[in-house]
Amino acid sequence: MGEVKLFRTWSSPYALRIVWALKLKGIVYETIYEDLANKSSLLLEYNPVHKKVPVLLHNRTPICESLVILEYIDETWNTTARFLPEDPLARATARFWAKFNDDRVVTSIFRAYVTQGAEQEEAIGPALENLDIVEKQLIGKNFFSGESFGFLDLVFGWIAKYLGILEETGGIKLLDEDRFPHILAWKDKFCDIPVIKESWPDREKLITKFQLMREHFISTAAGSS
Amino acid sequence: MSDIVKLYAFRGSPYSCRPEIALKLKGVKYEFIQEDLKNKSADLIKYNPVNKKVPVLVHNGNPISESVVILEYIDEVWKGVPILPQDAYEKAQARFWARFVDDKCIPAVFKAMVSRGEEQAVAEAHVQMQFLENELKAEGKKFFGGDNVGLVDICASYMALWVGAAEEALGIKLMPKDKFPKLIEWSDNYINCPAVKDGLPPRETVVGIYKTL
Repeated sequence: MGEVKLFRTWSSPYALRIVWALKLKGIVYETIYEDLANKSSLLLEYNPVHKKVPVLLHNRTPICESLVILEYIDETWNTTARFLPEDPLARATARFWAKFNDDRVVTSIFRAYVTQGAEQEEAIGPALENLDIVEKQLIGKNFFSGESFGFLDLVFGWIAKYLGILEETGGIKLLDEDRFPHILAWKDKFCDIPVIKESWPDREKLITKFQLMREHFISTAAGSS
Repeated sequence: MSDIVKLYAFRGSPYSCRPEIALKLKGVKYEFIQEDLKNKSADLIKYNPVNKKVPVLVHNGNPISESVVILEYIDEVWKGVPILPQDAYEKAQARFWARFVDDKCIPAVFKAMVSRGEEQAVAEAHVQMQFLENELKAEGKKFFGGDNVGLVDICASYMALWVGAAEEALGIKLMPKDKFPKLIEWSDNYINCPAVKDGLPPRETVVGIYKTL
């Protein structure tokens, strides 16, 4: 099926979606780690528009944007278990929730993590409301994709590890077990999947990184006000 | 068994026109329901409780929200004129550029409009527009979709109609011909396609909306 390379950073949760997808499909690939403070000329050549990771290189042809890459992988390596369902309505529903995660859930939680004081207090409400909507999606299901694991679990998967990191470094508590029993139950099942279990970046390294990132955002915001 | 297709939308919105154009390209009969965005209908809220926004397509009672999600749905359900390419890589490219239009290009252009053509805002919009200009130039294509209108063209309707309307309404220059000859040429070709012409709102409507900005 050709030569596959993945440009990623060790910590990017978006690149991790692609790691999971490639491993789940049993695709052999080479990893190229990028330092975003010092981007390689190859990354800039393959993703001139956004200059970001992840970038998938398939037979020397680049594909960018994690959700676009996921669908590409699913359609190209289509003899193994499909991530997205066949039915157009089910596919549309999955794509809607993927957009909801990327546009609303991530943004609102990030905002709560990266602020402090009154601004942070104000940010927590919307983050929790979006998580309420996520919680409702899991009612009556084992996984976001239904009975078994699929596309939406790859999309929401960051919650299973990174949300805890953002809570700890941001000094906030979002995933309360009384309010979000379904998300917590899903998290356990998701983390039990071998490919997922073996792919998480080192927790301590993530804590250090997100601690520094928060400090950087806060000092930048202070400097500009 | 015949399909019942309803489209909840706002004529004048660059997102609402997208499913209309797609349905017309495919020759699908549908009922158009104009929403008053200051007084949204109970149906709209029922069909899109999460975002409460237009457009929403309701197909045999099943709602689909988010304009690009709706476009892909329309393409998968109704065969005939294709909106997305068949090839997985070409499809990925189309999806990439559709997202670019929505995530980068439209927001930058909108900022330039709202700032009434402030130099820095226009310069930033031009950076994003240049990517689209280069895309048309490199492939030597009539449309982003090739010989025929496709996903990216439909998403870029904003560039073809709303930009020109804003220029007229606000007396600013956003898309100069000497800088963006390919985009200008593409705009002319695009808005004159029959299905597109039918699906776009009248230019005067959009000019009118921008005059109240």
